[in-house]
Amino acid sequence: MNEFLLISSMAIVTFGIRYPVLALSGRFRLSEQFLRVLGYVPPAVLTAIVVPTVLMPAGDQLLLSYTNARLIGAIAALGVGLWRKNLLLTIGVGMAVFWGWQAIVH
Amino acid sequence: MTQTTPRSEFFAGCRGMIPLVVGAIPFGIIFGTLSNDLSFGATLAMSAFVFAGSAQFIALGLLAAGTAFPLIVLTTFVVNLRHLLYAVSLVPYLQRSPPLWKLLLGFWLTDEAFMVAIVRYHQADSSPYKHWYHLGGATLMYANWQLCTLIGLTMGQLIPNIRIWGLDFAMSVTFIGMVIPYLINQPMLVAVFVAGISSLFTHALPHQLGLMVASLLGIAAGVLCERLIKVQA
Repeated sequence: MNEFLLISSMAIVTFGIRYPVLALSGRFRLSEQFLRVLGYVPPAVLTAIVVPTVLMPAGDQLLLSYTNARLIGAIAALGVGLWRKNLLLTIGVGMAVFWGWQAIVH
Repeated sequence: MTQTTPRSEFFAGCRGMIPLVVGAIPFGIIFGTLSNDLSFGATLAMSAFVFAGSAQFIALGLLAAGTAFPLIVLTTFVVNLRHLLYAVSLVPYLQRSPPLWKLLLGFWLTDEAFMVAIVRYHQADSSPYKHWYHLGGATLMYANWQLCTLIGLTMGQLIPNIRIWGLDFAMSVTFIGMVIPYLINQPMLVAVFVAGISSLFTHALPHQLGLMVASLLGIAAGVLCERLIKVQA
């Protein structure tokens, strides 16, 4: 019963963020200016999600060291991504370097 | 470009989502594996009805720590606030869609669905079926998340210490790959740089509020840089 309450509350809260703006979207128009601002949303959010997972692998403090396999994997992914612009390749090389490095430093 | 149809857009959207699905598979399986404080059915229900990866993970962590129920819901709210930015960004492209489309694409609005769809919406061609592309990507993402949760639940015990393998890093590299196409001019670079640096300083904020603060700082920095360049020109 508690589980039911928890999950339905989480579902309502989540849907309550995602849906209302879309539901009302027919009733307003966004200015050209505001649309330009929104163009920064995807890269800014993605970066804000990723950077702590890479540089703070333990969750609270910076690990700027060669012992941080996530950092090495991320640098490799960034390099391959900029070079080849292929998402699957970026994921593959990033994971491979991360695993390889982890095996070496541990 | 050849003539698009709803069908061709739908399947193109599925194909466009494949790399992100690859990145999300380990995440979904780990979620199913780690769900020790929830029953089998509740875990499946959470994936089916909440459908928000990071919020689901955080909820598990809070449950394990014995956090009070209202705090878990509050945290879910804050963690998912970024979806508000996504919804607003989609307004120009979905405002003329029928209510059912808004309902479905709203419910299926995730980081992945948004990132794949917005790239398609931004493309210059005038296909009238770009929302079908969005639907295709979102459908595949949803189906995959349910399947991976189930796999994690049933096989979790067979694969001990799945987290030590670092499979969660797959999402990080996926997102890195998603950012790269945006790095095309100075304001974008500034936005990404500021969002990244701020995310480190704001990481300690409660309820993952830092993600939202850092994103907004990055967006503001990008806009400011764009203005400055325009003034100079």
